Amino acid sequence: MNPTWSRFNVTSVVLGFAFLYLPIVLLVVFSFNESKLVTVWGGFSTKWYVSLFHNQGLMDATWVTARVGVISATVATVLGTLAALTLTRYTRFRGRILFSGMVFAPLVMPEVITGLSLLLLFVAVGLDRGFFTVTLAHITLTMCFVAVVVQSRLVSFDRSLEEAAMDLGATPVKTFFQITLPVIMPAIVSGWMLAFTLSLDDLVIASFTSGPGATTLPMKIYSQVRLGVTPEINAACTILIAVVAVGVIIASVANKRREVQRQLDEQAAQRG
Amino acid sequence: MKSLGSIRRDFAPWNDPNAKPYIQFENVTKKFGDFTAVNNLSLTIFEREFFALLGASGCGKSTLLRMLAGFEEPTAGRILLDGQDLRGIPPYRRPVNMMFQSYALFPHMTVEKNIAFGLKQEGMPAPDIEKRVAEMLKLVKLEQFAKRKPHQLSGGQRQRVALARSVAKRPKVLLLDEPLGALDKKLREETQFELMDLQQNLGLTFVVVTHDQEEAMTMADRIAIIDKGEVMQVATPAEVYEAPTSRFVAHFVGNVNMFEGKVAERAANTTRITGATGAQIVVENSTDSKAGSDIVFAIRPEKIKVTSKKPADAVNALEGEVYDVAYLGDMTVYHIRLDDGQMIRASALNAARVTEDPLTWNDRAWVSFRPDAGVVLTR
Repeated sequence: MNPTWSRFNVTSVVLGFAFLYLPIVLLVVFSFNESKLVTVWGGFSTKWYVSLFHNQGLMDATWVTARVGVISATVATVLGTLAALTLTRYTRFRGRILFSGMVFAPLVMPEVITGLSLLLLFVAVGLDRGFFTVTLAHITLTMCFVAVVVQSRLVSFDRSLEEAAMDLGATPVKTFFQITLPVIMPAIVSGWMLAFTLSLDDLVIASFTSGPGATTLPMKIYSQVRLGVTPEINAACTILIAVVAVGVIIASVANKRREVQRQLDEQAAQRG
Repeated sequence: MKSLGSIRRDFAPWNDPNAKPYIQFENVTKKFGDFTAVNNLSLTIFEREFFALLGASGCGKSTLLRMLAGFEEPTAGRILLDGQDLRGIPPYRRPVNMMFQSYALFPHMTVEKNIAFGLKQEGMPAPDIEKRVAEMLKLVKLEQFAKRKPHQLSGGQRQRVALARSVAKRPKVLLLDEPLGALDKKLREETQFELMDLQQNLGLTFVVVTHDQEEAMTMADRIAIIDKGEVMQVATPAEVYEAPTSRFVAHFVGNVNMFEGKVAERAANTTRITGATGAQIVVENSTDSKAGSDIVFAIRPEKIKVTSKKPADAVNALEGEVYDVAYLGDMTVYHIRLDDGQMIRASALNAARVTEDPLTWNDRAWVSFRPDAGVVLTR
């Protein structure tokens, strides 16, 4: 293939990237604005970043979001992995289709409905809304995503690895922890990261299921924006974008490196 | 002493009525739903034997191996190992180890960790494990690859790691599922001899599943030919080739010519057969050949001589035309169309560089063979 930078190609690329990233670039630029007015440039400054760290409300919300994310992602990963194992390994049990349908339903369920139904449930059982209920709701939301990611790995898993382990004297439990789990670990880690990200940016379900003292960062940002956008919010968002971007870049670089190393190893092995 | 084939076998417990069987399949049946993979099969394997299960894919040979390893339980019948009934014993408590067709090396472990895995499971002390792993690495000549992961090895090296891992625990029986299937031809031939030496040195019982008849013939003491979940014949490679007991076995192993006919006349040592088209051939007596019965005479291509003139002393000589001829270097293959229409495949070893009697396409030719050159089959 011969990459030619025709006028059409350049225009497409520029338009495409502008469409995707212009809003984000503006947000980042204005986070360094000296002026208090969000849309008027008043010179470069990092004062909003300083004031951000003195905004107790935002810092609290960040801390809540981080805890909700870690706990819900971890529990969802355990449950989602178990669901994926059941779905791939026990292909013949009564109600399997119903079970798989129910595991994957939250994928397509509108968040408003999930949030509302959870709210009604928590009210009905008399559960005080707060940190616990948000975490529970996020587990419900993210578990199915973990199940999908882990299941796709398990489908291509070579069962003879487990048979070999048992043949060599490992009990089924040992086989699971020493062979199956390590081999599917990359998928489990991606599942966890996906669950964490989903929990991190969920606004709808959190608004329904959260209570006083358990305001997550997206909720906090949203409520502040309603009172008027301050450059402080821009700064908070910029930090959030930076964190996510660094995470994604590290993950993909590590992945690429592993891939390249693997190819080199295999070529070396073929040469003998 | 006369013997079938060119190898004298001193190890032959199957001919000794007092020999104790080591592995016994007794009327074993295995069904998967409606499909019968193994049908009322009985088989005896002796200690230190190199035993091959040979058959086309889907014939049930792998199921037999998996039942021995404990991954499948027989639907009916039982399997004994050294006198012990294996029913209900899970794979991780059976004194057998298996080498998998895909090798099933643990991708997240180094070569030495792979080999040590089974030893760790049985709680062997660490210094002993280290010693045994070193010994195994030496055995398969992979000492300098101990720290590598499986994906850093070539196909042949992976195969040797799988082998080392499966013999590290010194199992009573080693099961090999198509052990050389993934290797290229040259490496496969080398490895066949290595496997035989290994089996001799370790004194283990080997049960190998293969669809490659040459592989089975090379390595095994005895071969069981399996078709549709049933044993067709259990015999040494030479017996399977030179004395097949059925048309299926004769066809399955090597090339064969079949003369269909009826028993015309029985003399003291020989039987005269009238072929379907009237050709007369004389063969050695078989117990099954009663006068008038339908039989088949099966003869291997290399037992048939092709000449341009009728040999003076030949008992059996049939005339035809050279239909095709192929020079393969070590031998020449002829396809002769007999005058009655039957196509005969014959091959001649090119023992000399120069031949007195060259043949070409469409030449008239005679095929001749001795009365004891083939076998009479009724099945």
